[in-house]
Amino acid sequence: MKPVYTSKCLNAIHQIGLIGPVLFIMTTLLLTGCESMDTVARIGTAVGVATGTIDQAQAESIQKSAKAVARSFQDFTPEQEYYIGRTVGAVIVNKYKPYHNLAATRYINLIGQTLSRASDLPETFGGYHFLILDSDEINAFATSGGFIFITRGLLRCCRDEDAVAAVLAHEIGHVQSRHGLQAIKKSRVTAALTTLAVEGTKTFSGQNLADLVSTFEGSITDITTTLINNGYSREFEQQADQAAVTILQRVGYDPNGLVEMLKIMQDRLRPGGLDFAKTHPSPVIRMADIQKSIGPYRAMANPGARQQRFSESLGGI
Amino acid sequence: MNRCKNALAVAMVISLAATVAAAVNLMSIQIKKGQLRTTPSFLGKIVAELNYAEQVAVLEKTEAWIKVRSSAKNAEGWLHSSALTSKKIILKPGAADVAQAASSSELALAGKGFNEQVEGEFKTKNPQLDYAWINQMEQMVVSQNQIEQFLIDGKLSPKGGIK
Repeated sequence: MKPVYTSKCLNAIHQIGLIGPVLFIMTTLLLTGCESMDTVARIGTAVGVATGTIDQAQAESIQKSAKAVARSFQDFTPEQEYYIGRTVGAVIVNKYKPYHNLAATRYINLIGQTLSRASDLPETFGGYHFLILDSDEINAFATSGGFIFITRGLLRCCRDEDAVAAVLAHEIGHVQSRHGLQAIKKSRVTAALTTLAVEGTKTFSGQNLADLVSTFEGSITDITTTLINNGYSREFEQQADQAAVTILQRVGYDPNGLVEMLKIMQDRLRPGGLDFAKTHPSPVIRMADIQKSIGPYRAMANPGARQQRFSESLGGI
Repeated sequence: MNRCKNALAVAMVISLAATVAAAVNLMSIQIKKGQLRTTPSFLGKIVAELNYAEQVAVLEKTEAWIKVRSSAKNAEGWLHSSALTSKKIILKPGAADVAQAASSSELALAGKGFNEQVEGEFKTKNPQLDYAWINQMEQMVVSQNQIEQFLIDGKLSPKGGIK
């Protein structure tokens, strides 16, 4: 027998039919990442307008806010971060030149890669790697994805392994919080992700490739200018110092190593220098911030256990 | 009327449950190589190595670690959550995948955006920039055994994260 639908029943179907898509859109929005929020919102609002549950103005507002969320540095995948990090790293290593000392390089990779596993971002696309730069400047750089550089000048501010660990943990803190990507101008992030939304294949061609390369170049310049010339905000440096304290404690290093290193750095930084003197808050400010969480400086308990390997690897730095 | 309502409500619940199940149960490796370990710790024994984009079934979660099963490797083990994404990653996307990815939150395309090709173009435009040391840095990999020995020799006792 053919089913007979009463008008009440049809009305109920209509009501559920309206609630259904809205519920589904809301659930989908909650379940999805930022990348496709824009698309989801466009489809969702179109359904909403068509079924009369929302008006055109509301639809536009949803689309606008979804766009703002979608075009964020967080939409870069670990693979894209890795390619940004490789080129930023290439710019740094070409400007400063590497320090050719296998034992020292191996030693800082042992410390650094051990620390990275205790960070909140232990797994990056290509892993963490550390290199010493042949420079007297007091400087260090961390690029997206985990390429980390430290100068001989900064290593000379370290009297023991705990201090070296503190310097490397601070740089891992920048990677973990993705500070490098946040140095990219927002308009460029929007441009990059718009091109990606239009064409997402492995092989780009023609104008899309040219646009993407130009955005890539711009992004690299944004990051290297921040790292080398302007420095991050005090807030980002505080975050990196705080991350360093946590990472050091998780591995079993004494975070007073960071304070000890900063004391030496304070004596050695020259006013007007183009290194940490220019790009970082003063060691005095950093020490005060760190000591809010770890308390007043106290001499380290047992750095002696690690002193021999420190001296053997970095004694002549 | 109630029967209509109920039937539609059940259909909606099933549809939503299927969406939730798909989002929760399958994850993909989002790094070059992911190591499956016997315990939720970087000091856990490695039982299998998984490649970029390989899909795994989620069995159990802790705060930072996820226990998964790889059918391809016929192995179970723990991965840190930063090695995984809930998206399905297409390694060699075709035109249909691109169209689908544009309207789906559950797909990611490998090599999308800033990739080897873009780096290649950048190198052509900046021939003075030498990547040799970056490539060399990537070869500097410390093994799990070396880390364990390094911790012991240095009298370091991890209290979290790595442990």
